[in-house]
Amino acid sequence: MRCRVSNRLLLPLLLALFWKGVAGAEEPRPQERVPVVVSFSILRDFVQMVGGDQVELSALVGNNGDVHVYTPTPADAQNVAGAKLVVINGLGLEGWLPRLVQSAGSKATIVTASAGISRLESDGKIDPHGWQSVANAKIYVGNIRDALSAADPKQADAYRANAARYLAELDALDREVRETVARIPPARRKVISTHRAFSYFADAYGVTFITPLGVSTESEPSARDVAAIIRQVRAENIPAVFLENASDGRLISRIAAETGAKIGGTLYSDSLTGEKGEAPTYITMVRHNIKALTSALAD
Amino acid sequence: MIYDALIAPFLDFEFMRRALVAICALALGAAPIGVFLMLRRMSLVGDAMAHAILPGAAVGFLLSGLNLIAMTIGGLVAGFAVALLAGLVSRATELKEDASLATFYLVSLALGVTIVSLKGTNIDLLHVLFGDILGMDDSTLLVIAINATVTLLVMALIFRPLVIESVDPLFLRAVSRSGAIAHLGFLALVVINLVNGFHALGTLLAVGLMILPAAIARFWSRDLSLMIAIAVTSGMLSGYAGLVLSFQTRVPSGPAIILVAAIIYLASILFGRVGGILWRLFPGRHLEA
Repeated sequence: MRCRVSNRLLLPLLLALFWKGVAGAEEPRPQERVPVVVSFSILRDFVQMVGGDQVELSALVGNNGDVHVYTPTPADAQNVAGAKLVVINGLGLEGWLPRLVQSAGSKATIVTASAGISRLESDGKIDPHGWQSVANAKIYVGNIRDALSAADPKQADAYRANAARYLAELDALDREVRETVARIPPARRKVISTHRAFSYFADAYGVTFITPLGVSTESEPSARDVAAIIRQVRAENIPAVFLENASDGRLISRIAAETGAKIGGTLYSDSLTGEKGEAPTYITMVRHNIKALTSALAD
Repeated sequence: MIYDALIAPFLDFEFMRRALVAICALALGAAPIGVFLMLRRMSLVGDAMAHAILPGAAVGFLLSGLNLIAMTIGGLVAGFAVALLAGLVSRATELKEDASLATFYLVSLALGVTIVSLKGTNIDLLHVLFGDILGMDDSTLLVIAINATVTLLVMALIFRPLVIESVDPLFLRAVSRSGAIAHLGFLALVVINLVNGFHALGTLLAVGLMILPAAIARFWSRDLSLMIAIAVTSGMLSGYAGLVLSFQTRVPSGPAIILVAAIIYLASILFGRVGGILWRLFPGRHLEA
């Protein structure tokens, strides 16, 4: 009995809501911003540079977060469900993301920003940190520009103009990195870093990186690995060791103490810092890294 | 050959010597605690505590960023709060100690996760907090050494009441008031050892070197002092053999040490003089021997 009454009430209500929904959709909304979700902070910077004010941007893993081992929250699922584009790095970096997109029931287009870069392997696994070479970053930006233009054709011209301006800045950055590395004597272009994130940088700019940890920040080194690194540093006279912004620095300090190599500050690899940090944008991050490298490797 | 395999790694590399010293100091403090935990049927407390310290570490992180000292102090405070509250509840009410500890650690874990996600960062705080046996710096070694010293001294002070309290708490309550002091002092030692162990060596080693040697010792003696001595020795032995294993193969050091301890444990299950399987199967023959 009670059931029938509520049904009678509910039906008109639903109809009314439905009608309102249809009517609402017909009204043209001025300047609707494209909702875009990115997986982590470096992609956020790229999308911001290309999309400008036309995109409603949110990053799943924020500044200083570790994108390798993230656990999504319900708010993330909500973000993803409402997004038109989900921009990811790909190459296995965001292993947790496909499940999130699926469980959020999202109809967003997934854009793999790294599509089209030539992949590099380290230790038999694909290194996902493609953006560490500025030439690759330009491919990322190109992919993001194309995806935004396809998702929001009305603003395509603005996206193309923004991207062209940013790509020119990246060209200048690439030259700057090459010139700076060229000033380091070739025999000293070798460093130790805590995390295999720099194979693209190494390949593009000719600096050798040696690492005690695996591709992901999760794995733990064996005594054999550490001993091998110490032997190598001693044998090849490697001038500097570097710490990273999201792992225990004591191991690298020990290696430095045991070999007499210099501790070279922080290289940012997976995440940007906040506004007040050393690397709030991609360009400042690359500049910071190259400055840290040169000051440690110069005599 | 044998020299190259067993001794040379420690002569050639300082990090190996430091790791060995750290393991020995850790075994000195942790193994006796493990024996008492086993007596009190609280062997799983270590794992619970690893989660209980999270809110403290998170508050430390909120107040001063990624600062290891602040986060460790926060972890200590949270660990103390959980252990002492659990201890007090089990003394004052009918609830057994393991159940009240489980309750408090779950509350603590939930609080910790809440605080971390309210802050909106997603650094794995526990991952940052937990150290690695191969990366021993001076201050970490010093902390482990002080920790072992304090633990042994306090254990010596509270040894008698703690033994009686562990075996027959009602009797001790009837004849003396020192039970409460011994009980809470012991819980404090558990927390200090675990948090320092996590910070210096990681969860696996800190908890593993507390529990496995105690379980091994259980198969070789009924005498408490002897059990403690066996536990300390087998902890140190596992540490040494595990480091050699990690040096010769590519097994990470923490797991290697625990795996060696596990092998000793399996051997003890089979051959242990007290309750080992073989001695149970052939009791007559061994009684003659």
